Amino acid sequence: MKLIAAIIKPFKLDDVRNALSDIGINGLTVYEVKGFGRQKGHTELYRGAEYVVDYIPKMKMEIAVDDDQVDAVVDAIIESARTGKIGDGKIFVTPLENAIRVRTSESGASAL
Amino acid sequence: MDSGDTAWILTSTALVLFMTLPGLALFYGGLVRSKNVLSVLMQCFAITCIATIVWVVVGYSMAFGDGGAANDWLGGFSRIFLSGLTRDSASGTIPETVFIMFQLTFAIITPALIIGGFAERMRFSAILLFSTIWLLVVYLPVCHWVWGGGWLGQMGLLDFAGGTVVHITAGVAAIVTAMVIGNRKGFPKTAMMPHNLTMTVTGAGMLWVGWFGFNAGSALAAGGDAGMAMLVTHISAATGAFTWMMIEWIRFGKPSALGVVTGMVAGLGTITPASGYVGPMAALVIGFAAGNICYFATMYIKNTLKIDDSLDVFPVHGVGGILGTLSAGIFVASNLGGSGLAEGVSMMDQFGVQVVGVLATGIWTAVATYAILKLVSKFVDLRVDEEAETEGLDLSSHEEKGYNI
Repeated sequence: MKLIAAIIKPFKLDDVRNALSDIGINGLTVYEVKGFGRQKGHTELYRGAEYVVDYIPKMKMEIAVDDDQVDAVVDAIIESARTGKIGDGKIFVTPLENAIRVRTSESGASAL
Repeated sequence: MDSGDTAWILTSTALVLFMTLPGLALFYGGLVRSKNVLSVLMQCFAITCIATIVWVVVGYSMAFGDGGAANDWLGGFSRIFLSGLTRDSASGTIPETVFIMFQLTFAIITPALIIGGFAERMRFSAILLFSTIWLLVVYLPVCHWVWGGGWLGQMGLLDFAGGTVVHITAGVAAIVTAMVIGNRKGFPKTAMMPHNLTMTVTGAGMLWVGWFGFNAGSALAAGGDAGMAMLVTHISAATGAFTWMMIEWIRFGKPSALGVVTGMVAGLGTITPASGYVGPMAALVIGFAAGNICYFATMYIKNTLKIDDSLDVFPVHGVGGILGTLSAGIFVASNLGGSGLAEGVSMMDQFGVQVVGVLATGIWTAVATYAILKLVSKFVDLRVDEEAETEGLDLSSHEEKGYNI
């Protein structure tokens, strides 16, 4: 199993969620996060006082999947989250030791 | 007494109090960081209370009483505790009670405007002491000089609704206080963004509407003067706001909500002294000039001089008050659409009087404000300590938070 964490532009959230539903992903978790990458921050101007805001709002989603789904999920996220402009985000894939469904105590891939 | 006049001044009085509570309180409250929002709202309320008590005890007497031999300078103490006031006392065509209330709302908003200069760092007890003494030493005498029969009024100074009495005094006092107590910790390096511009724009809308009472009410009658004052006030507000918005759009590529409302305040503050004397064409010129000059004054003070007049009280109100007071001396001329210069007074004479009014008000306010701050600092620290400032005044001064969400 793998845990896929994707950082995306907030306005792309619905597109990504739909794309993942289409390939049969049944659950994910999203967070509102802030950060910066190559896009750096942005500036805000209040009565001529310019402030550099270092951290840009992004959405982070986590999806736990079986190993054979990883490529499809990554492709779906890339396809649906891409604008081609700087700041489209990142995807991280990490090994996932176990998953347990609280209601039934099932574990492993059947808990996903 | 005239029931129409009375009805309009009763209404105007409510409008002008509405400018402070909640108009100015919201306008300022949105501009500070969320940890200081209550402190600003609280200061507006507390100043309203203090100014009211001062006004009843001695303020009205010092501003509008008969000062006898010293009447050029001060109204004296014959009317302390509003002595001699009855239900039937008249002031012109309206009840004196209404006149007292109307003028009181001006004495409330003026010290409330100053808090923008020292926002987010001044100690609450120091603010109350400062505001009380400042009313006694600056506001009441200047009000008497201009409107209470004092020397500036006798000279023929044109200040219809408070360019000198309200806006120059508040603007100068704000910047002097900002300089005496120093910049906020981190200014100008750290971002200190307005925490809720929705609140600021809401308050700004209330100021625009309330200002009709401020300027058109200053006619003290419900007639042609009030009507023209309302018209030119509205024109200048709209022109000032539009101008500021366009300057930002051209210079920075984006028109901003804060820009449009700041330009509105500049347009309103600037037309204030001229509002009873000028015509609609002049209001367009005054609003346009206000948008430009107050804008560049704001940039200059903040970005070049790096003075932390935190909510830009001087560049908007002080500079606007000066500009408007000087403009009144020009656009009052009947060939420029104004109500006309007094018999035998040339435009140069009138302009000279306006300059004297601006200088006398500005210099007296600066000197007295500085002295009052030094006096207050003998009794209580003007500024909260660094830890309290970092924590925010809401918690450190009032043990409350603006938002529990």
